[in-house]
Amino acid sequence: MDTTRREFMVGAAGLTFGLLVPGCVPVATRGATATLATGPGDAPAFSPWVSIAPGGTVYIQSPAVEMGQGSLTSLPLIIAEELDADWSKVRVVPAPPDDKLYGNPGFGGTMLTAGSNAVRSYFQPLRVFGAQVRRVLLDNAARRWSVPTSELTTEPGVVVHAKSGRRLTYGEIAAFAEIPAKAPEIKPEDLKKPEAFRLIGKDVLRVDLPGKIDGTARYSIDVEVPGMLYGAILRAPVEDSAPVDVDDAAARAIPGVTRVVRLPFGVGVIADTPWAAFAAKDALRVTWDRKATGWGFDSDEAIARYATAARDLGTPGKPWAAAGDVRAAFDQAKTVLEAEYRCDYAYHAQMEPLNSTAAVSPNGEACEIWVGSQSQTIAVAAAAKTLEIPADKVRLHDTLLGGSFGRRGHRDEEFVVDSVLLSKEVRRPVKVMWTREDDVRNGRFRPMSAHFLRAGLDKSGRITAWHHRLACDWVLPYVDPVRYRGLRENDVIAVAGTEVASYGIPNRLAEQLGQQTGMRTSPLRGIGFVANKFATEAFLDEIAERRRMDPTALRLELLENLPRGEAVVHAVLEMSDYRRLRPGRGVGFAFVDYANTMVAGVAEVSVDRASGVIRVHQFWCAIDPGIAVQPDNIVAQTEGSIVYGLGLALTERISIKDGVVQQSNFYDYRVPRLRDVPEMHVKLMRTANPPTGVGQMATPLVAPAIAAAVHAATGVRLRHTPFLPERVLVAMRA
Amino acid sequence: MTVEFTVNDKPVRVNVPEGTRLLWVLRERLHLTGTKYGCGVAQCGACMVHVDGAAAFSCQVPIEALRGKAVTTIEGLSADGRHPLQRAWLAERVPQCGYCQSGQIMNAAALLARNPRPTRDEIVEHMSANICRCGTYQRIVRAIERASREG
Repeated sequence: MDTTRREFMVGAAGLTFGLLVPGCVPVATRGATATLATGPGDAPAFSPWVSIAPGGTVYIQSPAVEMGQGSLTSLPLIIAEELDADWSKVRVVPAPPDDKLYGNPGFGGTMLTAGSNAVRSYFQPLRVFGAQVRRVLLDNAARRWSVPTSELTTEPGVVVHAKSGRRLTYGEIAAFAEIPAKAPEIKPEDLKKPEAFRLIGKDVLRVDLPGKIDGTARYSIDVEVPGMLYGAILRAPVEDSAPVDVDDAAARAIPGVTRVVRLPFGVGVIADTPWAAFAAKDALRVTWDRKATGWGFDSDEAIARYATAARDLGTPGKPWAAAGDVRAAFDQAKTVLEAEYRCDYAYHAQMEPLNSTAAVSPNGEACEIWVGSQSQTIAVAAAAKTLEIPADKVRLHDTLLGGSFGRRGHRDEEFVVDSVLLSKEVRRPVKVMWTREDDVRNGRFRPMSAHFLRAGLDKSGRITAWHHRLACDWVLPYVDPVRYRGLRENDVIAVAGTEVASYGIPNRLAEQLGQQTGMRTSPLRGIGFVANKFATEAFLDEIAERRRMDPTALRLELLENLPRGEAVVHAVLEMSDYRRLRPGRGVGFAFVDYANTMVAGVAEVSVDRASGVIRVHQFWCAIDPGIAVQPDNIVAQTEGSIVYGLGLALTERISIKDGVVQQSNFYDYRVPRLRDVPEMHVKLMRTANPPTGVGQMATPLVAPAIAAAVHAATGVRLRHTPFLPERVLVAMRA
Repeated sequence: MTVEFTVNDKPVRVNVPEGTRLLWVLRERLHLTGTKYGCGVAQCGACMVHVDGAAAFSCQVPIEALRGKAVTTIEGLSADGRHPLQRAWLAERVPQCGYCQSGQIMNAAALLARNPRPTRDEIVEHMSANICRCGTYQRIVRAIERASREG
């Protein structure tokens, strides 16, 4: 790799404008739309983000990885918009691991695709970077024609001098362009007006899609490296446990097994074939030390302890969102209402089980890795740390991710370490694949939680005080201690959504009562919003019932100072014809302000009174994410978010006995199938607000909307997700 | 053991231990990685291929069962990626992460091959063999209906 770069700051979010590392040759193109490429070849680099070949091909780097959410396309599209590129000539290139050039401003400059914040955080800086390259093209054309830049305009891929009728394509300019040492200054007024957008808001075909219908899309599990061996690892069932006695006689006897490796956290096997590796892993007999905290943990017993902790007002929790004077407000309240809600552990179930491939050099001083990670730079750092080598000795080949939902962005990236450790052992490339059973049993879960909520109402019934006490396993300190410290030790993954600022309640407090359980935890689609908004929205329904008012009227009362919130509520009520009576069925409503994306949903359900099975027939959702960069993709993400929320609400449950996960595969961890899915109706409400996230915003709507609908149909309140049939039966008999 | 069969109309001869599952032979011996491993227990359908024209969970098919059989994978569904289902899958913008979609398309192709005009209920029932964790189900139904309509 050519490491000569000119870098200079332009002041936009710490991202830089400089020269770029040349890569490899683009893959074959397909049709008149942008496609994927592995690198810009020797096309002249106009910035770290854009290279333009004399033939007119425009290479745009994407700092986001693609795990199904679409930002591998959306981010380059934003650059292309301001660059005024011809989208059919664009080739999207996955950006190399370099936080300084490509780091996500939403994550303190780390390349991390997470939190539905790729478009949200990169939108403004990428517009500037696109506009800078366009300006360089204009300036070069102006010099060539000896006219002022102000007389020039662009059409897609062409600089035009209207006065003289002269035209130069971007490719023609690239052939002679001088790239300034300092990036041109772009003022806000130099950016396009939204009404002039040609690409943003217009739906282009995602660049990853064509490869996903013919088997050519490449995920890390598909990697094949010459001389590669296969690895599998039997991991300790409880975190921070080590093997004590290892009986590997049966494993070694399997033909093709070349090595059994004792690791700090498990036992690895290396074999010539994947089937030999899996069989050898299954044949290992290992006992584990039982020093770790998690041994003995029982989730059914623990949730009762969490609930006790949440109710124990004498023990303060860690405050998260506070406003006003909660204590005084409760003292003055006419009525105080209380309720408790619970949520079980949940598993990501991304379709591609965790895996990676590593090739450690013979001297152990360098390494190549092939992996689908939510963070290119964290993956590299994990490999470097494992080998105790500098990060620049690690070469990353990133791939598409077969789903993620938060599982592939932990600071330790243990699934990267796996292949590095085994390759180090044999100094040959090793592909380590987790079986689905490994992926479930060694999952990192959405925490289990108990929520104790109190609301103080004045004599008119208005909510003047709000108190949410959340008892759950710690998440971020386990997931990413670096980010946790950076966030002033706030466990944002767990507590997000306990704040109810958009409801305008004057006095409010949310507290976390973190539980030290030794359980592995993780962000999971919708993060804390899923559990916390279930509690919040379900509680509001109960408050509305006490006030004898319609639950949607209560929401509109609370949203009176948030017009965007009111708008999605009105929209979803109209879409769903909310007030229409449906014999044998109930409808229920929920609203969420998810980091400034407004969503409201209505579920229509029926309940089989004999079995307790809830059937969701219809789900309506209105979503306002501000500017819609890829409208159809927003609808698709919202549909997917609803399906994900459906599983968390109805069937998905991880339970723990003696510290050990009790589920193994899709037969005992039940995710939604086509027959389970309601008809979904999504209304995208574009507004002129800055674009906000779309990848998970509807997920938290689903459980509270279903709970409300079940109440409407049966009169029963459900307070514990998932709403398993046996829980529904118990509630109905109570 | 040595077993001869065809994959995407080409004769192949593989020598693997008895009981080795077709999925891994396709992926790691024949370099046909479009067929995916998802669960290994016939629960998710990411591994679906056609054996003599019928949909099969390749994670379950032992190699010895393939003697003389014809296997079709996503790579062989059409010469140019223009099978009506593949076109419909793009037209409806179905894939998100895409990992399950080879299996979804192969299972849908098996359905349309024996029932070119399935009802919505037939589609739902047939396709409930496959899991899509991204939740693209509604678009899968639309794509199958489109392919059925447009042929």
